[in-house]
Amino acid sequence: MATAESALDPNSRNERLWRDSYETEVSEESKNAFKQSAKHSHHVSEKNVSEPERIISGIGGGALAAYGFSRGDLLGVGLIGVGALLLQRGVRGYCDVYNAVGINTAEKENMTSVKASAAVKVEKSFTINAPAEKIYSFWRKLENLPRFMLHLESVTETDQTHSHWVAKAPLGTTVEWDAEIVSDVPNNMISWRSAENSQINNAGSVWFKQAPGGRGTIVKVNLNYEPPAGKIGAAIAWLTGEEPSVQVQEDLRRFKQLMETDENATIKGQSTGRAKSTTKFDVNGD
Amino acid sequence: MKAVCWYGKEKLSVETVPDPQILNPRDAIIKVTSTAICGSDLHLYNNMIPTMAKGDILGHEFMGEVVETGSGVSNLKVGDRVIVPFTIACGNCFFCRKELWSLCDNSNPNARLAETFFGYATSGLFGYSHLTGGYSGGQAEYVRVPYADVGPFKVPDELSDEQVLFLTDIFPTGYMAAENCQIEPGDTVAIWGCGPVGQFAIKSAYLLGAERVIAIDHVPERLAMARIEGKAETINYEDVEDLHETLKEMTGGIGPDSCMDAVGLESHGTNLSASYDWIKNKTGLATDRLHVLRQAIFSCRKGGTVSVPGVYGGLLDKVPFGAFMQKGLTMKTGQTHVMRYLPTLLNHIQNGDIDPSFVITHRIKLSEAPNYYDIFEKKKDDCIKVFMKPDDLFDSTSTHVH
Repeated sequence: MATAESALDPNSRNERLWRDSYETEVSEESKNAFKQSAKHSHHVSEKNVSEPERIISGIGGGALAAYGFSRGDLLGVGLIGVGALLLQRGVRGYCDVYNAVGINTAEKENMTSVKASAAVKVEKSFTINAPAEKIYSFWRKLENLPRFMLHLESVTETDQTHSHWVAKAPLGTTVEWDAEIVSDVPNNMISWRSAENSQINNAGSVWFKQAPGGRGTIVKVNLNYEPPAGKIGAAIAWLTGEEPSVQVQEDLRRFKQLMETDENATIKGQSTGRAKSTTKFDVNGD
Repeated sequence: MKAVCWYGKEKLSVETVPDPQILNPRDAIIKVTSTAICGSDLHLYNNMIPTMAKGDILGHEFMGEVVETGSGVSNLKVGDRVIVPFTIACGNCFFCRKELWSLCDNSNPNARLAETFFGYATSGLFGYSHLTGGYSGGQAEYVRVPYADVGPFKVPDELSDEQVLFLTDIFPTGYMAAENCQIEPGDTVAIWGCGPVGQFAIKSAYLLGAERVIAIDHVPERLAMARIEGKAETINYEDVEDLHETLKEMTGGIGPDSCMDAVGLESHGTNLSASYDWIKNKTGLATDRLHVLRQAIFSCRKGGTVSVPGVYGGLLDKVPFGAFMQKGLTMKTGQTHVMRYLPTLLNHIQNGDIDPSFVITHRIKLSEAPNYYDIFEKKKDDCIKVFMKPDDLFDSTSTHVH
């Protein structure tokens, strides 16, 4: 494992990587702390849906939602959701699916738009009421990760910097890859990347920063990856509710629960007047 | 066990369901000794709250005896007699630490769903739709209580169930609503809605130092309770030509210092979808669904406070925000931070300042619940508050038809 000392050795490879990925964020004042993240959010705010399409999307979405509402049943709730997404797409001029599959229908009218890059990028933050030491050490023991990252089946640490990951994939299959820790600054950050030619090429980092006013620690995850079936695969995942950013968000939410309450909120297994304890409304259902 | 289950609009039945199990280390199982139907349960009964599912167990006002604790619960032991706050809170997040218990960050397993409605997720609640976690409720013989080291509150044996049950919701809700009025000496508080929460708000306003309380409703027996039990001045809004002028006249032309909407979405309906509202605005369709809130804002004196304990779920049309801004009003609202008020309110009960059982009009067996939802909803038989006991604990000699 790259300890703080070895990470600070100017000759080490880790130190170079640490500089690249870390220095700009941590060594400056806190106002610059999330400089890198600002770049990403800038990317997200770009338009990638053309003007006529936005209007159609907005009107259609609104009408669909209104119809959904008038039904007043479960399908109605779903239609409200789809309608709201279309409406939002119309208003924002930005479509997550388009981004995922690298489509930009607004590009012709907006030449400054950033073309969606090859990888899926995710960035999420949570404020956790716990000291960075506790949060870092739980995370650094990579074998803990499947406790809150539900798509992971297992992580096995093979040595101090290398690990083997097994993740659940559609239709009951799994994908596996090896990863190495690139930088490790205790209580501050961990970054990793997959070995070359992995089934899923991925790289990411998690940052731990003290929150103001005694609020604990801000945990921020940056994740870039190329899904197995390419960007189309990511789009399909999005449609089936497994969009990467949602997945990371829910993983982090479970992580926060573990750190703050020592358990994960659940109704799975509770008694009800139906056969199943949960319903299709329940995010973490059966 | 037996439990009151929801199967659709005005469709409830008492079903035999599996007994609840400990699912997390900080859970406890409570054997219910008393429970009640809350006015806000009627929103569920009328299918006004989205994300209800067939088979959901209702009920968020319940108390009883601890029969099992998880490995993470050390402050309770089997046999303890507790009331259980309707808000489920972890006790350690930013919000719980600020005593904003109903805004707990961790207790709602459906936080993601709630975020799509409200931007951020609020706490889990017992028996109140999947938007607030889908937790099975307390109109049952047993209940699984999460974070049992935070919520359940031990009550002394010398106080009866009827005296302490309403610490779970309507007493603290009325009290917080009165506290939200920011009462100063000499103040007049006007309260719309004389249901159970309104009744507790009237008494709480006096406990917090109000000079006068004016209660507004149109149900004669509720107005009578407000007058006789609450010592409020009352207005039947159907009997006055102009409520605003009446309030102005009653307050020497200045207006009530604070106005409380203890009615919420149900009496005038609500709308729950941003998109629906958008379309409605675009097409010029309007609804008249927040009559009380509009009146409260309009009639409140300059620089006064509007307190909203009434439940809302979606978007509101034609809020008189000009009046709100120009008069420099303050609005305070929210689901009740029940745990914050329990020691104070228990003290008031023990001192004899208030006996919360005054609000009970009907005492029934749990198995009679579906019928009494209907009676409560239609305000038949002068029904104000239904108090229930599991059938085997029901003592028919205590039955009392007021």
